[in-house]
Amino acid sequence: MKIRVKINGVTREDDVEPRLLLVHYLRELAGLTGTHIGCETSICGACTVLMNGAAVKSCTVLAVQADGSEITTIEGLSGRNGQLHPLQQGFWEEHGLQCGYCTPGMILAAHQLLSRNPHPSRAEIRKALEGNLCRCTGYQHIVKAVEWAAEKVRAQAEHA
Amino acid sequence: MSSKLLGERIKRKEDPRLIQGRSHYVDDIQLCGMLYLAFVRSPHAHAEIKAIHSEAAQKMPGVLAVYTGADLEGRLGLIPCAAGMEGLKVPPHPCLALRRVRYVGEPVAVVVASGRYQAVDAAAQVEVDYEPLPAITDLDKAVSSDSPVIHESLGDNIAFVAKLEGGDWKAVESDASLKVIRQRLVNQRLAPLSMETRGVVASYSPGEDTLTVWSSTQIPHLLKTQLAVMTGMDEARVRVIAPEVGGAFGSKLNVYAEEGVACFVSRQFGKPVKWIESRRENLMATIHGRDQIDDLEIYFRPDGKVMGLKCHILANLGAYHQLLTPAIPTLTALMILGCYNIPAVFVETKGVFTNTMSTDAYRGAGRPEATYIIERVMDMVARELNLDPVEVRLKNFPPPGKDIVLATGVSYDTANYQKTLKKVLTLSGYKKLRREQARLRKKGKYLGIGLSTYVEICAMGPSSRMPAGGWESGTVRVEPTGKVTVLSGTSPHGQGEETSFAQIVAEELGVPYDDVTVYHGDTNQVPMGIGTFGSRTTAVGGTAIYHAAQRIKKKMARLAAVKLGAKPSELVFRDGKIETEDGSKSVKFGEVVGEAYFAKQLPPGLAPGLVENYVFEPPNYTYPFGAHVAVVEIDNETGEVNLRNYFAVDDCGRILNPMLVDGQIHGGLAQGIGQALWEEHVYDENGQLLTGTLMDCAAPRAHQFCWFETANTETRTPVNPLGVKGVGEAGTIGSTPAIVNAVMDALRPLGVRHIDMPLKPEKIWQVLRGGSPQVV
Amino acid sequence: MIPEPFEYHSPQSLEEALRLVTEFGEEGKMMAGGHSLLPMMKLRLASPRHVIDLGRLSELRYIRESDGWIEIGALTTHFQIESSSLLREKCPLLPETAREIGDAQVRNLGTLGGSLAHADPAADWPAAILALDAEIRANSAGGERWIAAQDFFVGLMTTALAPGEILTAVRLPPLPRRAGDTYLKLRQPASGFAVVGVGVRLALNEAAHIERVAIGVTGIGPKAYRAAAVERELLGKPPTARRLAEAAARAADGVQTNSDLFASAEYRKHLASVYVRRALELALERANP
Repeated sequence: MKIRVKINGVTREDDVEPRLLLVHYLRELAGLTGTHIGCETSICGACTVLMNGAAVKSCTVLAVQADGSEITTIEGLSGRNGQLHPLQQGFWEEHGLQCGYCTPGMILAAHQLLSRNPHPSRAEIRKALEGNLCRCTGYQHIVKAVEWAAEKVRAQAEHA
Repeated sequence: MSSKLLGERIKRKEDPRLIQGRSHYVDDIQLCGMLYLAFVRSPHAHAEIKAIHSEAAQKMPGVLAVYTGADLEGRLGLIPCAAGMEGLKVPPHPCLALRRVRYVGEPVAVVVASGRYQAVDAAAQVEVDYEPLPAITDLDKAVSSDSPVIHESLGDNIAFVAKLEGGDWKAVESDASLKVIRQRLVNQRLAPLSMETRGVVASYSPGEDTLTVWSSTQIPHLLKTQLAVMTGMDEARVRVIAPEVGGAFGSKLNVYAEEGVACFVSRQFGKPVKWIESRRENLMATIHGRDQIDDLEIYFRPDGKVMGLKCHILANLGAYHQLLTPAIPTLTALMILGCYNIPAVFVETKGVFTNTMSTDAYRGAGRPEATYIIERVMDMVARELNLDPVEVRLKNFPPPGKDIVLATGVSYDTANYQKTLKKVLTLSGYKKLRREQARLRKKGKYLGIGLSTYVEICAMGPSSRMPAGGWESGTVRVEPTGKVTVLSGTSPHGQGEETSFAQIVAEELGVPYDDVTVYHGDTNQVPMGIGTFGSRTTAVGGTAIYHAAQRIKKKMARLAAVKLGAKPSELVFRDGKIETEDGSKSVKFGEVVGEAYFAKQLPPGLAPGLVENYVFEPPNYTYPFGAHVAVVEIDNETGEVNLRNYFAVDDCGRILNPMLVDGQIHGGLAQGIGQALWEEHVYDENGQLLTGTLMDCAAPRAHQFCWFETANTETRTPVNPLGVKGVGEAGTIGSTPAIVNAVMDALRPLGVRHIDMPLKPEKIWQVLRGGSPQVV
Repeated sequence: MIPEPFEYHSPQSLEEALRLVTEFGEEGKMMAGGHSLLPMMKLRLASPRHVIDLGRLSELRYIRESDGWIEIGALTTHFQIESSSLLREKCPLLPETAREIGDAQVRNLGTLGGSLAHADPAADWPAAILALDAEIRANSAGGERWIAAQDFFVGLMTTALAPGEILTAVRLPPLPRRAGDTYLKLRQPASGFAVVGVGVRLALNEAAHIERVAIGVTGIGPKAYRAAAVERELLGKPPTARRLAEAAARAADGVQTNSDLFASAEYRKHLASVYVRRALELALERANP
């Protein structure tokens, strides 16, 4: 089946098998390996990407379902000149990652949170990340990373 | 740049590539002409293989071959076990099952196909005729004389019996004033559950006769040796690379069937081969952790002093030995006295085969079991005597200082258990909490306060006491441009040593932190190594690097001394210069590097270049310790446990980077708390896995935790010059008993001594409604 | 894990979808957000030859109010319900339930209609729909019909939908005066599904007696159900704490109770009564501002 998907601002057209999972499409056809696979039962969230701005688990979406959509992966989050997104910066500043495997999904889930709620409380951050498992950090530094980014985004908005 | 780096909160060098999705885990490696593997696995816990029908699968599109155990026999070696214990029974463990399967998920055949989806489709078409045999999963049944035997050639299901005894038991047993508690504790089976599953890419190049293996492993060098032995290749032609590894927690401290098979297939076809484990496979066929039954007898005085501890351990080893399977429970015996001066000890450990996946090292590996036992012991004694658990602990601590030798024969390095305890009591407001608890109890509400004062054995370890060498290798190379390359034989996978090792070297050489780059994980790049496990990476691997840096300094100081007309011993390395203490004579670091490489006027006997390797052999283990306080609230109708507060004071020796230490503690706490409250990996009596997907196997999520309040004390170890003890497992080891002690403390008015983990609401509800299913 | 091969169909209208559903019969499977079907297909517990993706039928994605009734299109996502200001005002039970489903990512794609048609015994929506006395619209080539929520859940993962029918909308009667509602849930820690989930809508009359009460319970038995025994005990009575507790004790009366690794049948029965009582208390509090 022919599909057309805009990934990180670049439009691609591919002929895919209907059963191809979006995550495999992104990783193996588009070559964007920053999106990871962790559980295959839409529990762990490692494969989270933004589809038309909303966080989805790309292991539970068919590539054909994404036909006509816009996808943002972790590779598309940095600015044009390679500048880190405040969430990426926050994860670095606050030690929000260890092995890094859950990190892209975690960052994109947090991205959705901040777009819906720029002033999240710690409880709201934890709730927003309930679809993302991390086995390394115990989550606390992730919560701090998201707080750091929220602060930064607010400051940037005030500055603009 | 000023060289004060050690002890500072410095951001990680690893992070920029990881936060941008620009790093490479095994599944991100794509090679030309790559083939894919899919394994056919046993649906039975115990069965004879009657026939394997692969004809239909062979004809599927894209399929190149199907191999079975018989095809591999004599052509691919067995899966190794490194634990060399006296009298240990070691059953043959082929990469693909031969004639019999012994656990659900055991690989029986492998499909080779040109596509990932094609391999999976074809594997589903391989039909195996099985004749099911009775399965044994229960430890008590497995050791009984009428049990079916899993490995018939071994006679029974007991792989080993190990005894550890110390102290004067006659005195203890004849002392009529002592009280005795007998209690069984069950330490449940767990799934390590790294977020990245296992995976391997093997690429054999027929022209060069070389095999390159990318594996998600903690031990690239050990794996290289073992794969050479298994494939029969010349080890010099085998290269193993641990690329980015997405967590492991001990589960990748191993040599697995799939790694061997991938190498075999790649050599057959002369093409690269990839296998990536699915999560279902990960839960079935990656090693599991814990799974012990501990039968205790505790002898104690009416004042709370414990005089003797007996423990009979039944350790579930699973169906086969993986790399360290039988060694893990022996660590439980070694550490069973914790940080208490108990004069008599007796531990008998039986390692038992069952029709389950092998157990092996999972974060803590044998020590969480020990700490759980002894910390529950302290609380059970306190409860029996109606004493505060703090008082009982103080009564049994050895005095602070060095060279504590316990009845187990273990001698601890520096310790001050009183200090961490005192600090956590202050941090948590312990007395205030007890007053709050008393108030709430009057209202019929259950608040629990749980304590754990742990000690662990880390920095593994002296080679004489390790299965396969406990040393570590570190290399420091100052490049001609003055930039510094560091090579470590350890293989960190999230712990952050690219950062802490760079801190060590930059501080020692007085060069900018950004000028230091750390590499690990590639056996062609790093001359030798053991790996990352047992909280050893910084304490052993970092020390090797520290010493290598000293050798570099020694050589550079000699060169600089000639230039400056000073003695080498007078010179210090700081701010990119080598100079006298008062700074009156000074030469740039880069200038001396130039001398070393251009080699125009080298002092006699000094070779050109600046590369130094050091292999550090640790004289002892280290023994980090700490004190934790957990506060829980219990829903008195449903038994649900709410974790309200958690306070942790940990002493991991000298702290090189407090941010990394905090991260290790937090992650460890999450796993230890997870075991206490939610996690379990369960087989039914037929050996079927009930927790085979993440829909059933609970991994804790962000909202289940409270805010962790952490603090440290720093008691340096004399075992290494850095004074570092290790911190990777501390949080896990300390937290599990703190939580269970807290819940049992909350339920104290109900007269219940113990409930086994995980403390699921239903178990607590049974107690709340007056039942006593687990009271002895 | 990877699904078996299938043919994919993406109808652009309800009419086309109905035609495909009739054409493929047993061999076809409808997919909305895919969050119930795809995991089953990946584990190869379901292997349909044809997948009919209803996801592009934007005509079925709406929340609207007319004559006091609220109608929600079957393809409305959990998140759309969670964040609807109309529903927050007129029917807070629905956003409250939506919030408890899965996680943020799942709620972005999972749909009300998909979940109801799948009829998982531990799903959240069935309890809410039962508590609200909702009606479910089924369309077929022959026309449409409305099915009362009470009649919709037939058994374990089976509904009153006939072959060839597509669930297209859910409608809810207006919130009575002096009414309150809520949804309470105990999550299974691994899957996030309900060990027990209770939806309650309760209305008081002028004498502050219970005029109307509907209790939907999920997670306890093979299908979601109305706790009729509890409702009978309460109707027309003043809602004293004691009465609520006594009535709630009958929350699982006559129900064949599930048992699993997390909770035995006996414990589930107990949880049902505790959660029903707590939900009644909360709904009462909201009805009595």
